[in-house]
Amino acid sequence: MKMLNRRSFLKGGLAGGAAIAAVGTSKQAGAAGQSFGGYPDSMGVLVDLTKCVGCRTCEAACNKEQGLESPDKPFDDLSVFEEKREGGLPRRTTEKAYTVVQKYEVEGREHPLFRKVQCNHCNEPACLTSCFVNAYKKTPEGAVMYDPTVCVGCRTCMIACPFYIPAYSYSSAINPVVKKCIMCYDTRLKFGRPPACVEACPQEVMTFGKRKDLLKLAHQRIGQNPEAYVDHVYGETEVGGTAWMYLSDVPFDKIGYDTHLGDQPIISYVKEFLAIVPMVLTIWPALFTGFYLLSNRKDALKNEDNKS
Amino acid sequence: MGGRKKTLVGMAALMLLTAPLVAQSWAGDGPGSVELGSLANHYSAVTFDHAMHTGVATSCAECHHHTTGASPTDPTCARCHEAGGKSRSVACRDCHSDKRFSAEDLAKIEETPKMYHKGKLGLKGAYHQKCLGCHTTMGGPTGCQDCHTRNDKGDAFFNSGKYAPAPTAKAGH
Repeated sequence: MKMLNRRSFLKGGLAGGAAIAAVGTSKQAGAAGQSFGGYPDSMGVLVDLTKCVGCRTCEAACNKEQGLESPDKPFDDLSVFEEKREGGLPRRTTEKAYTVVQKYEVEGREHPLFRKVQCNHCNEPACLTSCFVNAYKKTPEGAVMYDPTVCVGCRTCMIACPFYIPAYSYSSAINPVVKKCIMCYDTRLKFGRPPACVEACPQEVMTFGKRKDLLKLAHQRIGQNPEAYVDHVYGETEVGGTAWMYLSDVPFDKIGYDTHLGDQPIISYVKEFLAIVPMVLTIWPALFTGFYLLSNRKDALKNEDNKS
Repeated sequence: MGGRKKTLVGMAALMLLTAPLVAQSWAGDGPGSVELGSLANHYSAVTFDHAMHTGVATSCAECHHHTTGASPTDPTCARCHEAGGKSRSVACRDCHSDKRFSAEDLAKIEETPKMYHKGKLGLKGAYHQKCLGCHTTMGGPTGCQDCHTRNDKGDAFFNSGKYAPAPTAKAGH
């Protein structure tokens, strides 16, 4: 009797597993055909790097808007541009600074070029893809949000981000969380207003608007003044497109931008592999158990006959 | 949340109060000097010596584009504005909004699909890009406080002056 019970249990498992796998594969087939490509009316910011003068007002505005800890140095202290972290790299975003300005001396350019760094709010974010507790969310307005209450602190998002943006509150021993720019979503973006840095900039380096309109504006600006820009809107296609996009007068690879990221969102590199995982988990155990049972069926039946 | 709202109301009130302070004294073809205070929040108002700048600029169009009746210096602008004539107003603030980033102004751009100058700068950007751009090439003052001194609120905003962080004993890593 016991043997029969176990067998019927396994048979049930086999049928159930097949059903789950069927649902899983049909879902996958539907998703593979189309790409998300971002919310149609999402907002974005166009940053014209040729206009930035490196005053760091955006950093101060971010600090106040997000209620971040006071900085180590005043925001009008321009010596921070010479600070180097390991590997001779310029400053990066931290738990205390969701945005930082970097300075690049470019050969042949009369003045240094300043580059504002913050979360680029990807259309299909790698941080979101990598997070196994779904702490990340891309809002229809365009912001990539992070929920610290579900975060387990694995920091996979920090490795996944192609722009090295998420920072970690290493200073907190009890509840360390990931910290990054949220495009001022709760205080501004969801009310139709631009992030604090955009508004604070004295040079109006940044233009806020619908991403699709900003793209037109960016190409119009290049077209009307082709000597003033390189013909590349960084963020238009990189990793599937980002909400924050950049115009520059020097090639982007000379000012610290990664120009080898490709146009595919990071998720497209892992989508196929991830689709196999539920298949392996559901079909394989059932399938091989089935083979095992079939090969042992005769023996089992013989044993039962002998017993009765 | 209440504190933030209060600050916003305060900022708005300050802007309203300082708006009429755009005092002008006229001399010849334009104002002798203009007090630019409509955006004063973290800095004091700027007293712009218009008469001096008319002596430096080769044409009114260098700053006023096509509005004064002179041909625009930029050939792209000239395509449409070559023979535009004098505009009703030549003041910066009448075209460059001082509320460029308000939801209303953003909605106006959104609702006017045929608007050509969609990326038009706000007043703050227009001032800074024009002033700093020229000062950089002509060797004029370019430091923030060369034109407007920062007030106490500005010091707090920049964590500077008496709000500067205490120097840490750490000698770095």
